Amino acid sequence: MSSTGEKLRISDLHAYYGESHILHGIDMTIMQGELVTLLGRNGAGRSTTLKAIMNMVGRRTGKININGNETIGMPAHKIAHLGVGYCPEDRGIFSSLNVEENLMLPPNVRSDGMSVEEIYEYFPNLAERRYSQGTRLSGGEQQMLAMARILRTGANVLLLDEITEGLAPVIVQKLAEVLVMLKERGLTVLLVEQNFRFAAPIADRHYVMEHGHIVEEVQKHELEAKTELLNTYLGV
Amino acid sequence: MATFFGINLFALSGQLLVGLINGSFYALLSLGLAIIFGLLKIINFAQGAMYMLGAFFAWMALNYMGINYWAALILVPIVIGCIAILIERFLVRPIAGEDHLYSLLLTFGIALVLQGLFTHLFGSSGLPYKIPAELTGGTKLPFMYLPNYRAWIIVISLVVCGSTWWVIEKTKLGAYLRAGTENPQLMQGFGINVPLITTLTFGFGVALAGFAGVLAAPVYSVSPDMGSNILIVVFAIVVIGGMGSIGGAILTGLLMGVIEGLTKYFYPEASATVIFLVMVIVLLIKPAGLFGKEA
Repeated sequence: MSSTGEKLRISDLHAYYGESHILHGIDMTIMQGELVTLLGRNGAGRSTTLKAIMNMVGRRTGKININGNETIGMPAHKIAHLGVGYCPEDRGIFSSLNVEENLMLPPNVRSDGMSVEEIYEYFPNLAERRYSQGTRLSGGEQQMLAMARILRTGANVLLLDEITEGLAPVIVQKLAEVLVMLKERGLTVLLVEQNFRFAAPIADRHYVMEHGHIVEEVQKHELEAKTELLNTYLGV
Repeated sequence: MATFFGINLFALSGQLLVGLINGSFYALLSLGLAIIFGLLKIINFAQGAMYMLGAFFAWMALNYMGINYWAALILVPIVIGCIAILIERFLVRPIAGEDHLYSLLLTFGIALVLQGLFTHLFGSSGLPYKIPAELTGGTKLPFMYLPNYRAWIIVISLVVCGSTWWVIEKTKLGAYLRAGTENPQLMQGFGINVPLITTLTFGFGVALAGFAGVLAAPVYSVSPDMGSNILIVVFAIVVIGGMGSIGGAILTGLLMGVIEGLTKYFYPEASATVIFLVMVIVLLIKPAGLFGKEA
């Protein structure tokens, strides 16, 4: 059994798309209230790690414990109900639904999510455009909507895939504020991020991935000492 | 006889009425096809056979079990929906990951088996089904005589199509369906049991065909090939309306019925082909269909 405070424990996770073996034995643990990033180059297996947690890959083996429940044999639609919110890299805004329908779409998975009023207060743009088609929003607004959507459900373990990708600095700044707010609320976040300068100040820990392996774990206070090493892994 | 610039209004409105009735059946059947195609990406060739099955079940219920028309109108679609759920669960789902050609061939095969079975059991001549006593007779309108049962067909199919459209476009359940159509994997990730919704949707889409079959029993003769005759036209209508568009399937169904009716009056020789002519024109001008989204 997991000890209290442990929200996500992954051991020896392998994942496959058809014949290709993508993840080669991932191990990681995330404690309640932590914000942890997955760094690495494109194709290192970071997005696949999130998808494997959601049971969205072809096949997976190993152990994934979420909020104290073993989920490796669980059907995909049951995983969210353990308190998991997933924001895909393409944001997953539905074009056949308007903004409000998109916001209200995912079922509540826990009882203490943000209310719609709170969300509209926090993201006034969404309130203004609530009857617009979801995909007519700007990229930044769509990203806010994708975040707001899972905050409404009460999910307390958030898996966020490249949420700053292609967005203007002012939006990225707003997203950083959102993440800090989530941390203050005690939510647990696993963030796949390309933008290291965005992630470094707000994250507690970083895992570095390469070729489907975790090759390095960096604590916040080690960042300066390991900058050189990170640069070689990330190729910046 | 009422004429207007040489047009026989009595005959014209009669053909329009026939067109509207055919259009009602087209709308019900193409709506079912559109719903199924939207979520399952399956072209259900068995939709016509299920329509035929609906008519036969109504006939069998009346003649073997004494179940009247009104009860059959409720019960038969439920039974056919359940049959469809079994078909989806045990025949369609195992090949869900394969090329769409497989499901097309599978449902085509199911249609042939059902049609063959009922030809074997009842022959191909067609069975009569009496109009329910409450709906016999008719109303005299200025230009035409409107039989009550025909009016009923138009009204009830509009009600059923309209409520289906409302559920899909305006309710939370409908939002699940629309979103599931777009990105089933993400919907699973949000905690929605997409396979269950898929099965129920297939059941409902096919039940619509069963409903149309019961409705058709008193006006068309109940025969094993009634489904295959109408299905080709319905496919043309789905193509004209745009694959997967719910409102498009309903409107196009009614519209094509009316166009067919008008053609029967003005140039009867073309009435059997006019819908295919429209299909060709629509495909040339707007390949995604009148109401379809460009891919």
